[in-house]
Amino acid sequence: MLYLDESAAAPVRREVLEAMWPHLTGYANPSSVHEPGAAASRALEAARAEVARHLNARPAEIIFTSGGTESDNAALKGIALADPRGRHVLISALEHPAVSESAAWLGRLGYEVETVPVDDDGVVTPAALAARLRPDTTLVSIHYANNEVGTIQDIAGLAALCAEQRVPFHTDAVQAAGTLSLDVQALGVSAMSLAGHKLGTPKGTGVLYLRRRTPFEPLIHGGGQQRDLRSGTENVAGAVGMATALQLASQSDVTGLAMRREGFIEAVLARVPGAQLTGHRTRRLAGHASFVLPGRSGESVLLDLERQGIFCSSGSACAAGSSEPSPALSAMGYSPEVAQTAVRFSFGDSVTSEDLDRAAAALPGGGPASQA
Amino acid sequence: MSSAPDPLPGGSYFDHAATTPIKPTAMRVLTEVMPALSNPSSLHGSGRRARLAVDSAREQLARAAGAHSSEVIFTSGGTEADNLAVKGLYWQRRAEDQARRRILLPGIEHHAVLETAEWLEAHEDAELGIIAVDGCGIVDLAALEATLAASADSVALVTVMWANNETGAIQPVAQIGELCARYGVPLHTDAVQAFGSLPAGSAPMSFRDSGAATLAISGHKIGAPVGVGALLVRRDITLTPVLHGGGQERDIRSGTLDVAGICSFAAVAEELVASQAKEAQRLAGLRDQLLDAVVGLEGVTLRGPDPRTHPELRLPNNLHITVDDAEGDSLLFMLDMAGFDTATGSACTAGVPRPSHVLLAMGLSEEQSRGAQRFTLGWTTTERDVAALAAALPAVIAQARSAGMAAARR
Repeated sequence: MLYLDESAAAPVRREVLEAMWPHLTGYANPSSVHEPGAAASRALEAARAEVARHLNARPAEIIFTSGGTESDNAALKGIALADPRGRHVLISALEHPAVSESAAWLGRLGYEVETVPVDDDGVVTPAALAARLRPDTTLVSIHYANNEVGTIQDIAGLAALCAEQRVPFHTDAVQAAGTLSLDVQALGVSAMSLAGHKLGTPKGTGVLYLRRRTPFEPLIHGGGQQRDLRSGTENVAGAVGMATALQLASQSDVTGLAMRREGFIEAVLARVPGAQLTGHRTRRLAGHASFVLPGRSGESVLLDLERQGIFCSSGSACAAGSSEPSPALSAMGYSPEVAQTAVRFSFGDSVTSEDLDRAAAALPGGGPASQA
Repeated sequence: MSSAPDPLPGGSYFDHAATTPIKPTAMRVLTEVMPALSNPSSLHGSGRRARLAVDSAREQLARAAGAHSSEVIFTSGGTEADNLAVKGLYWQRRAEDQARRRILLPGIEHHAVLETAEWLEAHEDAELGIIAVDGCGIVDLAALEATLAASADSVALVTVMWANNETGAIQPVAQIGELCARYGVPLHTDAVQAFGSLPAGSAPMSFRDSGAATLAISGHKIGAPVGVGALLVRRDITLTPVLHGGGQERDIRSGTLDVAGICSFAAVAEELVASQAKEAQRLAGLRDQLLDAVVGLEGVTLRGPDPRTHPELRLPNNLHITVDDAEGDSLLFMLDMAGFDTATGSACTAGVPRPSHVLLAMGLSEEQSRGAQRFTLGWTTTERDVAALAAALPAVIAQARSAGMAAARR
C-alpha cells in the first residue's frame, strides 16, 4: 500500500520512541529535590536547550505544553489577557480551530476579532494585513503553513509589519515544523506553536515559543512549574521526544522532497484532465500537493485510489464523512461544488518518485505510470 | 542529550506522592500501542482506531472510578483537570448568575486549585471564602454548612480535595457533596492523591456516590505515564472550556488526545482498583512500622490524622512528621545522602523554601512547619526498604536537630 496522508497522521519516529523510552520508565518528578528528581530535571532542561537551539531561541523562551491546541490557546489568551491594548485581535481566514476558537473566546470577553482574508492561493498578503492592523492591535495570529492547501505564509514579512507597530505576532507553526525554518529570530515572531505529533512524536506533547518580555498570562495555574508560565508536572519523556524529533527533522532532505513534489504536481496537471492545483504553486509545503478535480466526485476518486492501495484524503479532516464544503477552499473563493472535488496528497521522506508516479497514474484519466 | 534517570528505584524511593514509578501494565500497553503508531501501514484508518481505543479506555476508566463513560474528559494531567474544573465551573456559574462570585475552599488545597482560584480572584472578580479545617486538616462541616446557609446564592462552587497530598488526610467528601447538593452548589474534588489509594475498609472511590460535580485524577500518580489525566464531569454540569479548538471531549476540552498515554492510564486504573484493598493493607502495615520507629523520638510530631486510631482518615501510604529544631531541607538532604528519596512537602513547590501552606492552614506556626518531612510509599516499596529507613531515621533526625540547634545558637 502507499500512504499519502501524513498530514492527517504522521508516523511516530522510531528514534523518537527510543529516546523517550528511558524517561517513560524513569520515575522522578523533576520538581523533587532528591537526586532522581534532579536527574529528571537535568533531562528536561537538556531537552529545553535542544529545542531552543533548533528555534534559535533561548531555553527560557521554550514552554513545554500538551500539544498544539494548548500552545495556540496559551499564546492567544495569554498575550491578549496580559496586555489587552486596544482589544483588537487579527487572525487569518485559514486558522486552525485552536486559534480561531481561542479568538472567538476573546471575542466573548469583549475583544474585537477581525479576520484577514486570503487571496486565491491562500496567501495572507502584507497589504491585507496592513489594511487592518492598528497601532493598538492586541495581537496578530497567522499560521505558518496550511494543512489543507499547503500554502506557506511570508511570516517574516507579516511579523515585520507588526513589529513596526510593536504588535505581538503569533504563528501556529504546527504544519510547518519539519520542513520549514523555525528560526524565530529570522521570522521575527513573538510567539510560535509547535506540536510534536506532526514531527513524529506520540501525541500529547508540544511547545510554545514565547519571546522574552512578551506580556503573558499563564493558561494553566498551579505549582508554578516552567517559571510559572505553565503549571503541571512536566512531561520529561514528551520534552525529550520533541527535542529528538526536531533534531531528526533538521537532517531530513527537504529539497529532495520538494523536487519529488514538483514532479508529481507536473505529472498530475499534465495527465489528469481538468485537474487544478489548490494553494500556491511554489510557496507550498515540501511534501504537499492538493488538487480539485472539477466535474468529478472527490469521494469516489478517493475510493477509487483506495481500491488501488493508495491512501490520501480530501484534505479537510473535518470534512471527512460530512458534506460541508471546506472552509479553507471557500475562503479562497472556490464554489462548494468545486471544493467537494478536493484531493490531498501529503508525504514524507520515505515516499519515492516512483510511488508518486504510481499515484498520478491512479487518478482518473491519469494514464499508465511511466515505468509501469 | 543528557543521560536518562536510573531504572526502577532500588528501594530508596519514598516520594510516591510526587510521582510513582510506571507500572508493568502501563509499560505493556505502551509497548503494544506505540510501535503501531510508527508503522505507516497502520496509519490509514488510524483516526478511527484511535477513537475506538480511546472509547474503550474511557469505559475502563469510568468503571474504575464509579462514573459513566460520557463523564470522562481526558486532559494532560491533574493540574489541567483542576484548572478546567475550577475555572470552568466558575465561568459557567457566573455566566448563569452574576451574583455567584464566591469560591469556597479549605486552605489545604493543592496549588493547582489554590492558584487557579487566586487567579480568578485577581483577574475574574471572584471572591475566595476559606473553609476552616481542624488540627488534622479535616474540613469543618459545620463551618461549611453555616457559610452555605448564610449565602449559598453567592457561591459559584465549593472545592475540597479528596485527600491531601502532604498529610494524607482524607476529607468527608460524600458529606460535603450532600451539603453542596442541598444548597444547589457544585462541588469539585481533586482526587489526584486519593484515586486508587484509599484505605482498606473504605468503599472504593465512586464518582457517582461522591456527590461531586467534577473530580480530577492524574495518571502519573498511579503508575501511568506523565502527561495524562482526567476530569470526571457529571452529565448535568456545563463547563466553560479552558482549551478551545476542534471541540474534542464533549466540547469541554479541545486538543488531540495522547492515545498511548490514555490507554495506559485506563489499564493501570482498572488494575489498581481491583488490587486496592490488599495493597492498602500492605502499605498501611509498612507505614505503621515507620510511624512506630519515629513517633517516640524526641521532638517528632505526627501531622495529620493518627492512623493508629483513625486509619480511615489517612491515606495508607502516607507518613508526615515535623521535627522540632530541625530544617525540613536538612532532613531531606541527609536522607538523600543516605539513599532515601523523600520530600518536605509537595514536589510542586519544592525548591522554594517557604513553610507549607497546608501545615499553616492546620494551625501550625511557621516555626513548627519548618521541620516537615513526608514519606510516601508505593507499589515498589518493600519490607526491607522500610526496615532500612526505620533504622536510619533516629540518627538522621538527631543529626538534623543538633545541626538546627547549633544554627540557632549562632
